[in-house]
Amino acid sequence: MNRPIELPRWLDLFVLPLVNLAMAFAVSAVVLVTIGQDPVQVLGLLVKGAFGSRSGISYTLYYTTTFVFTGLAVAVAFHAGLFNIGGEGQAMMGGLGAGLVALGLGPSLPGWMLLPLMVLAAMAFGMLWAAVPGALQAWRGSHVVITTIMFNFIASALLIYLLVGPLKEPGNMTPESRAFGPAALLPGMHQMLGWVGLEWPRTPLNFSVLLALAAAVVVYLLLWRTQPGYALRTVGFAPAAAAYAGIRPKGQIVRAMALSGALAALVGINEIAGVHNRLMADFVAGAGFTGIAVSLIGRNHPLGIVLAALLFGALYQGGAELAFEIQGFSRDMVFTLQGLIVLFAGAMSQVAAPWLASAYQRLRRAPAAPAEAEAAHG
Amino acid sequence: MRAIEKRFGAVHANQAVDLTVAAGTVHGIVGENGAGKSTLMSILYGFYQADSGMIEVEGRPARIANSHDAIALGIGMVHQHFMLVETFSALDNVMLGAEPSWFLPQARAQVRAKLDALMRDTGLVVDLDKTVAELPVGERQRLEILKALVRGARILILDEPTAVLTPHETEQLFVTLRTLRERGTTILLITHKLKEIMALADVVTVMRGGAVVLDTRIADTSLDGLAQAMVGRQVHLGRAADARPAQTGGVLLRAEGLQWRDPMGVLRLADVSLALRAGEIVGIAGVSGNGQSELLDALAGLLTPQAGKLDVDGSSFTPAHWLRPDHARDLRIAHVPEDRQRRGLVLPFAAWESAVLGYQKRPRYDRLGWLRQPVMREDTATMMERYDVRPRDITLKCANFSGGNQQKLVLAREAQTEPRILLVGQPTRGVDIGAIEFIHGRLRALRDGGGAVLLVSSELDEILALADRVLVMERGRIAGELPIEQCSVAALGRLMGGADADKAPVLAAQPA
Amino acid sequence: MDDVLIGSLIASTLRVATPLILCALASTLSERAGVIDLGLEGKMLATAFAAASVGAVSGSLALAVLGAIAVGLALSMLHGFACVSHRGDQVVMGMAITMTAAGLTVVLGIAWFKQGGQTPPLSDAVRMGAWFTGAAEALREVPLLGAIVGGGLLGHSGLVYGAIVLVGVVWWLLYRTRIGLRLRATGENPAMVDAAGVSVLGLRYLALAGNGVLAALAGCFLVLAQNPQFIPNMTAGRGYMAIAAMIFGKWHPGGAFLACLLFGFLDAVAIRLQGAVLPAVLGGGAVPVQAIQALPYVLTVVLLAGFIGHAYAPKALGVPYVKER
Repeated sequence: MNRPIELPRWLDLFVLPLVNLAMAFAVSAVVLVTIGQDPVQVLGLLVKGAFGSRSGISYTLYYTTTFVFTGLAVAVAFHAGLFNIGGEGQAMMGGLGAGLVALGLGPSLPGWMLLPLMVLAAMAFGMLWAAVPGALQAWRGSHVVITTIMFNFIASALLIYLLVGPLKEPGNMTPESRAFGPAALLPGMHQMLGWVGLEWPRTPLNFSVLLALAAAVVVYLLLWRTQPGYALRTVGFAPAAAAYAGIRPKGQIVRAMALSGALAALVGINEIAGVHNRLMADFVAGAGFTGIAVSLIGRNHPLGIVLAALLFGALYQGGAELAFEIQGFSRDMVFTLQGLIVLFAGAMSQVAAPWLASAYQRLRRAPAAPAEAEAAHG
Repeated sequence: MRAIEKRFGAVHANQAVDLTVAAGTVHGIVGENGAGKSTLMSILYGFYQADSGMIEVEGRPARIANSHDAIALGIGMVHQHFMLVETFSALDNVMLGAEPSWFLPQARAQVRAKLDALMRDTGLVVDLDKTVAELPVGERQRLEILKALVRGARILILDEPTAVLTPHETEQLFVTLRTLRERGTTILLITHKLKEIMALADVVTVMRGGAVVLDTRIADTSLDGLAQAMVGRQVHLGRAADARPAQTGGVLLRAEGLQWRDPMGVLRLADVSLALRAGEIVGIAGVSGNGQSELLDALAGLLTPQAGKLDVDGSSFTPAHWLRPDHARDLRIAHVPEDRQRRGLVLPFAAWESAVLGYQKRPRYDRLGWLRQPVMREDTATMMERYDVRPRDITLKCANFSGGNQQKLVLAREAQTEPRILLVGQPTRGVDIGAIEFIHGRLRALRDGGGAVLLVSSELDEILALADRVLVMERGRIAGELPIEQCSVAALGRLMGGADADKAPVLAAQPA
Repeated sequence: MDDVLIGSLIASTLRVATPLILCALASTLSERAGVIDLGLEGKMLATAFAAASVGAVSGSLALAVLGAIAVGLALSMLHGFACVSHRGDQVVMGMAITMTAAGLTVVLGIAWFKQGGQTPPLSDAVRMGAWFTGAAEALREVPLLGAIVGGGLLGHSGLVYGAIVLVGVVWWLLYRTRIGLRLRATGENPAMVDAAGVSVLGLRYLALAGNGVLAALAGCFLVLAQNPQFIPNMTAGRGYMAIAAMIFGKWHPGGAFLACLLFGFLDAVAIRLQGAVLPAVLGGGAVPVQAIQALPYVLTVVLLAGFIGHAYAPKALGVPYVKER
């Protein structure tokens, strides 16, 4: 077995993820061919759908917002040495929290008071939903991967129970709550741009995209510039050193999961407060798992995550367009690609590293050869 | 072995090494850490392949591609870190990889019969039915030797076998090895303990920096000769000629009756009491694993004893409210942990980040939660300057520093705060000679400045060189205390040996 | 207590437990050798899909099972390639396999069968038949025993009995054979195995091969015995429950078996609770169906929380083996 290859930083941070992405795409292309699709055509339509129109771009960014939240959630947990697969459930609970506040206080409060409360409620619910598995890991050694996955299922069951029961809008066949009202709705991008006089088509893209960018900045500062972030990263890298330094790993684990859950919960804000204005069952739709892929490609760094989230936003929007255009194409192809990305960028990320390293070495040596030849002649 | 070459990246571990071992002899291979002796033996045992060179076993050329080949050639190895499965029985451990039958109960019966015969023959006795976890260290080592012998080893390589043994157990091992030699087994003994080589070996090869520097019969050389060859220059690791006698002041720390059982129920600290005075270095001698690590951890706040009391600087601690690492630091107790890589540093962090490990909440570095990076970087640069840490790059990841420089970094950080009490474990393990002298000097300086140093080391020589008084720990209790003037290897060895304290260890040279 | 009820409880327990038992055995093999396998969920899905597709296309039970086994082995070998040969993170790899399988099975399902991801229902000819039905019939008239044994223990599909037999087989392999000893040692101290001249990689791959076959059998059960077809995401977290059962069973085949039976029993009881009325203390209404659906997941969490796994796990679990310098 080899020791881990030491790649120069820029290769490791940028080229390697791209190589892994390329491999994932290559395998997806094979799958597409197998089911009788033309990969080039699919790619073209995908790009067009994602970026080809103002409406398309807006949808792309709207999805990106959600993925930034779940990607950040996974990354924060990663830095503490944990694998948070519970983004799905935490996002659901976030939406539930926001929804409960909207339903309860909606009629009585103006938007500028209601919306921040909804955000806080969402984060609180998400925090709790993640902190419990975190505590179980810290104090009972229960593997956080399995418990968070279980909590996903439980959250789903809980949400559905509430939506077919106590919270259901009377007279409505679908399991959803009544509409919250205008006070509980975040301004959409078309509205915000309208305030500055720009014309923009009406899309789900809303204020949350700014929240997402703010969250990315906050996470960066928190992890690398603050003492709590230092403590968290120490626990993730070296629990023994953390104990030595007076940092209590158990507390950090719970804190990291709580923060992670709060971030994932903001998906609820994007969807419930930003778009639907009512509580519904399937508003998360796999975003939690996408967050894992986003975090892996983004190397667990907020900047990488924003870029990776953009990639996935484009894939989702492009995928939706493809489902329209090509018969038989479904979003599951995107899920498959996602899984492949986790495969290549996550588990097999080091497989490509030796080839990359030797290719790099060869490229570095090549320019010397002509010089030597000259010296020999000269 | 002839002209063996081996490189690991930039490190030239073995350079043109020639080694000839006569059958039925005890052949010592000595050298410092990093001299290349372990690499050479690993090549012989098939863990690595030499880049070039050839090997002959019993007159025939040999290709040793893996341990399987080595075993087939009659080469057996007893590693420094035992290769045993703790949850399996001793019998299963011996059998693994050489089971005579695919059906376990049958295999066990056959191996047991063979082992019984072997144990009678060699005098090596091991309780085959206990799990390894239940066996004391000396017995585990005998198990390792049996493992090699049962596979027909005629050449036995032992890698630092006495590192974990008390003087009494060491003596027993020597008896065993002499018996094996009489049976015709060839023994290769890797060690850096020269006294043992002088006592036991017939021939010795000294390695330094990857190459062979001396190859001679024991009769033709001496302890000093070996030491000089090993190190390459005259080294005085004894007490400095101008060492001032300790001027001890008041009691800085007092611990009474510390007791601790680990999660498995084993008693690790048994009624330990000690006092540290200003201006003294207290050395704790004893074979690793007798409670020294646990004692340091308890005093540093990393472990809460079940009974006992601790008084430091006016504060009193009992098990219900034991001190924590941050309290300890507030009380100006600094701690250089034995396991510097796992505990003392965060390896993936840059040097400037590890430099505040343990102190990250201090106002100097933490302003309302915000980390004051410029101050952190500056302090790191100062530390590296003062302790000559190389390379002088504060952004370099801790993992990329050599072991000695990592140690210096940790020591620099702990000394930086001018502690009153310094707890330090194995300060010079894996550190090269030049750095050792530097570190020793720093420890003395701390003492001369009025601080107290509690030094745990498995190197008796280091304790003898530095300490003002020496405590010996054995099986979790303080077996005895001696002021430095009364310390000798024999006296300390007796205390370390514990129950067999009445037997003086036999480390004298054999008759010619 | 009605003996027919007892009989049907036993039958339910066994049916629900079977895929869990097979997966728990698979996980035990690989974790005892030191490899964490969180991809069981995905392997079950992929092999179920393979069995259903091959069965639908070929009409042959044998080919369906072979197809499933081939897929199971392939995925396990992939896991080995990334994690054993190349030090990839075992947890991440498991998630990758699960995520990819979840997506790919639907993509291929839609493309090949055009039924929204489902495969066409398999006829009885392809599916696994029930065994010992004759004996069950004969026992029907016997009071008490007839219902319990006849209704409970007999008349299940072959894989149910196969799973129970496999528990014994895996136990025997691990504790009574040379290869089992070596495999267990690989999970505790791979360096020792290597020094003894035995191939760590070989043993781990062998464990993974067993893991792949057992997972494939679990997948087969889902579509060839339990349901007549593949439905997207039909595993619903059972791969993870099996792992929890294994942990609760202290990585021992017998313990895992009992834990799986517990899951099965709970599920059987829960179904009969459906529609039952809650005591007035809890509101007096009917037990919500979602609460019943959530029970296995809650039980998994409870099992994991009530038991500190660290002390009993194989020591080298999850750590890729690299030769030390």
